[in-house]
Amino acid sequence: MPPDAVALPAAAAPRAGWALPRDAGWWALLLPAFLLMSVIYVAPILQVLAISVTEPTTGLGNYERLFTSIGVQRVIGTTLRICAVTTVIALLLGYALAYVVALASPRAQRWWLLGVLLPLWISVLVRAFAWVTLLRRQGLVNQGLQGLGLIDEPLALVWNEFGIVVGMVHYMVPYAVLPMLAAMREIDPRLLAAARGLGASRLMAFARVFLPLSAPGLVAAGVLVFIFSLGFYITPAILGGGKTLMAAEWIKLQILDLVRWGMGAMLATVVVVAILTTLAVFSRVVNLRRLFGGGH
Amino acid sequence: MSAPVAHALELRGLSKRYGSFIAVDAVSLRVDRGQFLTLLGPSGSGKTTILMAIAGFVAPSEGAVLLDGADITGLSPERRDFGMVFQGYALFPHMTVAENVAFPLRVRGLSRADRDARVRGALDLVQLAAFAGRRPSQLSGGQQQRVALARALVFDPALLLLDEPLSALDKKLRAELQDELKALHRRVGRTFVNVTHDQEEALSLSDQVAILNHGRLVQMGAPEALYERPRTRFVADFLGKSNFLQGTVREVGATGMALQAGATRLVQAGAAHPAPGRPALLSLRPEKIGLLAGAETAENEVAGTIASWAYLGAGYSLSVRTADLGEIRVALPAWRAPIAPREGLPVRLGWAADAAVPVLEDADAA
Repeated sequence: MPPDAVALPAAAAPRAGWALPRDAGWWALLLPAFLLMSVIYVAPILQVLAISVTEPTTGLGNYERLFTSIGVQRVIGTTLRICAVTTVIALLLGYALAYVVALASPRAQRWWLLGVLLPLWISVLVRAFAWVTLLRRQGLVNQGLQGLGLIDEPLALVWNEFGIVVGMVHYMVPYAVLPMLAAMREIDPRLLAAARGLGASRLMAFARVFLPLSAPGLVAAGVLVFIFSLGFYITPAILGGGKTLMAAEWIKLQILDLVRWGMGAMLATVVVVAILTTLAVFSRVVNLRRLFGGGH
Repeated sequence: MSAPVAHALELRGLSKRYGSFIAVDAVSLRVDRGQFLTLLGPSGSGKTTILMAIAGFVAPSEGAVLLDGADITGLSPERRDFGMVFQGYALFPHMTVAENVAFPLRVRGLSRADRDARVRGALDLVQLAAFAGRRPSQLSGGQQQRVALARALVFDPALLLLDEPLSALDKKLRAELQDELKALHRRVGRTFVNVTHDQEEALSLSDQVAILNHGRLVQMGAPEALYERPRTRFVADFLGKSNFLQGTVREVGATGMALQAGATRLVQAGAAHPAPGRPALLSLRPEKIGLLAGAETAENEVAGTIASWAYLGAGYSLSVRTADLGEIRVALPAWRAPIAPREGLPVRLGWAADAAVPVLEDADAA
């Protein structure tokens, strides 16, 4: 027996009453990261959010505006609408993509996944400007359609909600694919064969077996995409051209341009609370660990 | 179940190639109405591919699948109307037991009332009526297997296909469910086609067993016929246990032949034999060999010593080393055994002229 193996039982034996729990050492290793996060990340955020009840005067005046200001309500409405549309489209596209990937051969799956993940490595900024180039009046899309004689006048494809949705969907599809793919991979392919062997057509086997079994992934992807969409800043700012305001850009406008810190912090708080509430609600329905890649 | 209408199934020259690999090689066979056929073979023998071709999941490279004489080779699985019990059962985890069983009826567009009545009937058939509201995950392996059976039978399928239906169960449960499956087959009177690598299961369940090796049908017949009259070394070896005795043909008569193996002379009954001077191979089952005491004699006798032995409860398994025939395995009933086995003990083995069966080497049979 090697000498270090002899020493093991002694080290593993329970120590006297004053000793820390056995895994205390591991938790201690996390302490620096924990302190760093609380001191330079969580505390400043809370501080900024607190401004919403201190400026311009102490009280809930800023929050009152949620119910009285049409401007604030419009921003929230626009944000929810764009996020909902983005989520639905990203889910539809992502589901189809995940379905193809899940049923592909292992070799083909790797290539498909690379294709799905590739956009994630390209800067949001680059992608947003790329879309502007493609979608503007003299862009490739309009020129192509005009060249084919399908349209006479260039279509307004960018600097409006349409442009924002295109850019956001493009960004969100990989995030929609991954949770759905994880759910689909857990579906036993024999179940589909069984459904067909028992008399179901391809479509029925999909509708009655595959779709219900992939539903948890669909819900998880929906929550993930919707939450991410709520906080989008760069894509709407560039593709919206300052005409369509979403929550993040409106907050920036309040704080940096109008110097109304209280209002900006108020909407920021509302977004944070909305996200946490959504997560809390869905954590009861969906396994969040799986959603964030924590396994089963 | 309504009035049973069993169907006859026929395979004609069925082949399946994957690239240069031949999974199934020109298999032809026929199952009569209401029969229980088992496709038996080691893994890679092509038995599952044949079942999948019958079910319609695998398109044969050549040959045809016929149901009551009609060619169904090109029909998609859902239009064949076959019930199927999948390996691992493939129960739908998001449905209750009753919903699982109702699935084939639902996709056939039956009314709710019809569905409910039939589901109840099918669950009664497998004695699971009390579990209708449970999820598959809340059932034991044996119960899941019975749900899969009920689901496969509920729509009165033309044929029931079973893909290793008992392989996931422990040994004791497997024996119980074998009996149940056999009783079920009698009760519903359908044609069953079963796939297994378990020879005991094949023998106890089937009316007919088709033995497959390397994609070919080696021999097909009733279980007793296959066990008693294997055609090749592979069949004798795969179905039960067998000793193989190698000798040279010396004399051939009308009712048998004499073989020479070293200094030992063997007599073997039977009509068809190779010509004198040719090598011959005999399959001899361990349970057909007796220990000869004192002055006792037998048509075939050979002396040896016990090389090893094992006690198996019902009997002993002896391995007896002989000079001319190698090691011979003998199954000896334990109750009132004539000897107490120990290594090195000299024994005399004896067997009748009709105990062994001449078999072909696999290469010669091909």
